[in-house]
Amino acid sequence: MFFDSSLSWNDILFLLDGAIVTIAITLASVALGTILGVLFGLVRAGALWWISWPLGGALDIFRSVPLLIQLVLFNSFNSMFRLHWSPYVIACICLGIYTAAFCTELVRSGVLAVPPATRRAARSLGMSWWQEVVSITLPMATRIVFPSWIGLSLGVMKDTSLVLWIGIIELLRSSQIITSRVQEPLLILTITGLIYFLMSFPIARLGAHLERRWQIQ
Amino acid sequence: MSYTFQWRPVLRSLPEMLWGASVTLEIAIMAMSVGTALAILLALAKRSNLKILSRLAGIWIEVARNTPALFQIYWIYFGLGSLGIGIEPYSALVFGITFNNAGYLAETFRGGFSAVPEAQIRAARSLGMGAVPTLWHIVLPQMLRVTFPALTNQMVWSILMTSLGAVVGLTSDLTGVTQQLNVVTYRTFEYFFVSACLYYVMSKICTIFARLLAWRLFRY
Amino acid sequence: MIQIEDVHKHFGPLHVLKGVSLSVEKGEVLSMIGGSGSGKSTMLMCINGLEAIEKGRISVDGVEVHAKSTDINRLRRKIGIVFQQWNAFPHLTVLENVMLAPRKVLRKSRHEAEEIAIEQLRHVGLGEKLKSFPSRLSGGQQQRMAIARALAMSPDYMLFDEVTSALDPQLVGEVLDTLRMLSHEGMTMIVVTHEMRFAREVSDRVAFFCKGQIHELGTPDQIFESPERPETIDFLRSAI
Ligand SMILES: Nc1ncnc2c1ncn2[C@@H]1O[C@H](COP(=O)(O)OP(=O)(O)OP(=O)(O)O)[C@@H](O)[C@H]1O
Ligand SMILES: [Mg+2]
Repeated sequence: MFFDSSLSWNDILFLLDGAIVTIAITLASVALGTILGVLFGLVRAGALWWISWPLGGALDIFRSVPLLIQLVLFNSFNSMFRLHWSPYVIACICLGIYTAAFCTELVRSGVLAVPPATRRAARSLGMSWWQEVVSITLPMATRIVFPSWIGLSLGVMKDTSLVLWIGIIELLRSSQIITSRVQEPLLILTITGLIYFLMSFPIARLGAHLERRWQIQ
Repeated sequence: MSYTFQWRPVLRSLPEMLWGASVTLEIAIMAMSVGTALAILLALAKRSNLKILSRLAGIWIEVARNTPALFQIYWIYFGLGSLGIGIEPYSALVFGITFNNAGYLAETFRGGFSAVPEAQIRAARSLGMGAVPTLWHIVLPQMLRVTFPALTNQMVWSILMTSLGAVVGLTSDLTGVTQQLNVVTYRTFEYFFVSACLYYVMSKICTIFARLLAWRLFRY
Repeated sequence: MIQIEDVHKHFGPLHVLKGVSLSVEKGEVLSMIGGSGSGKSTMLMCINGLEAIEKGRISVDGVEVHAKSTDINRLRRKIGIVFQQWNAFPHLTVLENVMLAPRKVLRKSRHEAEEIAIEQLRHVGLGEKLKSFPSRLSGGQQQRMAIARALAMSPDYMLFDEVTSALDPQLVGEVLDTLRMLSHEGMTMIVVTHEMRFAREVSDRVAFFCKGQIHELGTPDQIFESPERPETIDFLRSAI
């Protein structure tokens, strides 16, 4: 079937190039989103209500509006402010903030799950707030939320497919480009799906495994 | 900044956009209700002793969860189209979201099943209740309570996912209508900003409604 | 020397400490006894600066604990505290639990911190458990680890808050032995405890807390043999 069709090895390579773009955007967005998420999450968990609530409300907007619309809006800043940013930058910032919106609540729940008595014990040894957070709260919270964080990252990976709308040629868009030439949509889409599946499934399994293992302990 | 906002034309098109929002809700509700029903079947199939049945359910669940929703919609729209099964963007979107919902919710329900103690099922069966009445009267109500937050989330997701219809050329839902107006006027920011607000309101109404419902339903 | 002068503290409307005054000399072992909710734990937390006070003053070696200008983290190095719940850091091994503060707070090298930690863990009889995770230890062992963790900062004062209350009866002895050992070594200690026999045996003085005040203060013989206040008599009757 492979060789009957006019699908060539080059086409597969083209798809894999798209997959690399998908992975690159995912890594950049997840990195940005996690850094912001940890900062915001600490604020959400620790700050006074009049800082924590507005921040939570603002981030909730990014979780309640379709990502596609967010991308279009971000992209329109380009022409509005004459920014000349590349679509890649826009995609990573937009997806990064979107990731941060989810990551913040993850971090918050993780931090709140660390027993206050344990945190107090650390402070009683003379650690500063920051030392305590870095060596006790964040490591403990990480174990609690790591499986969910993997889920979040995989979600972002799947959501990167939307950036084709602002003109980035990632995995899904590559498959469309090939289809327009080869005219075998079902075959090409199935291969594309397989690539997505191979990128996501093993990591998802690892996450589920860790979740089970850490629950037992 | 040399950009001047023009909100008037957007406000004039508001009725059109609201109409689009109603289509969005219609799609989301349809995909959610059918998706939930399918998810229960999938969760049951996954537990079944019949190898093929549980294998097939497993494939459905894993594909739905491990590939992008947009990919699933593409596959239905372009893939089935190429098989000679002509399909509208509207149906492709509904089927796509339903497929996706079913996969995610099946996982939720699988967890929900294990939250109902085996002993209760045995107790119900020992009273002479059949398998289906036991499922309907004993298992599902308890499961609903455990899985309700996840169901609410999935409903919000469904609303947000409908925006993907525009990518396969749907013009009647909120994003589709907005895109149509945008193509004519090029007031991208204004139109999509209003559209974002409408999505936000829909998501919030959905969450608030779910909260009220949960409060009414789970008083025990 | 720890000096406490007329300390008041509220939790919301609840007046928990109603003018506590007390001083503890270097090398002294002071036990605090008293009913549940009388404010003993709160008093210890105030000494360590983990809780704020509203009135009065607490000073440790002449440094006022609650003064704005005091570097509280620095002061806390002098004062070790061990709680009823041992609060092990679950993601670190026993050795790492004890090494953490010397490294982060005292800025010791890894090697030095390890030496200190091993010494203290041997001291409390946990030399064999260095690489275990806390979840693998018994309650008594975890509590001794918490003591070693505080000792690793070489504090001048140790505060113990009902360190045996959460333990199974057969594990109480090993932790009390550790405290006994410390008192023989001349450590200055404030021990909140419900173990009356132990309090009587190791203390130089005993303070009886009731409703946020020290009702009676004296040598163990005074308090246990010839208490003067009716509240003390009632409490001791019900406690023994
Ligand atoms: N963080 C807090 N917020 C509000 N109230 C508190 C807090 N901590 C303690 N309390 C209250 O303060 C009072 C004194 O508590 P404290 O823990 O000091 O008593 P205690 O003498 O240690 O009692 P126990 O022997 O039960 O440990 C109690 O009534 C308690 O409910
Ligand atoms: Mg107490």
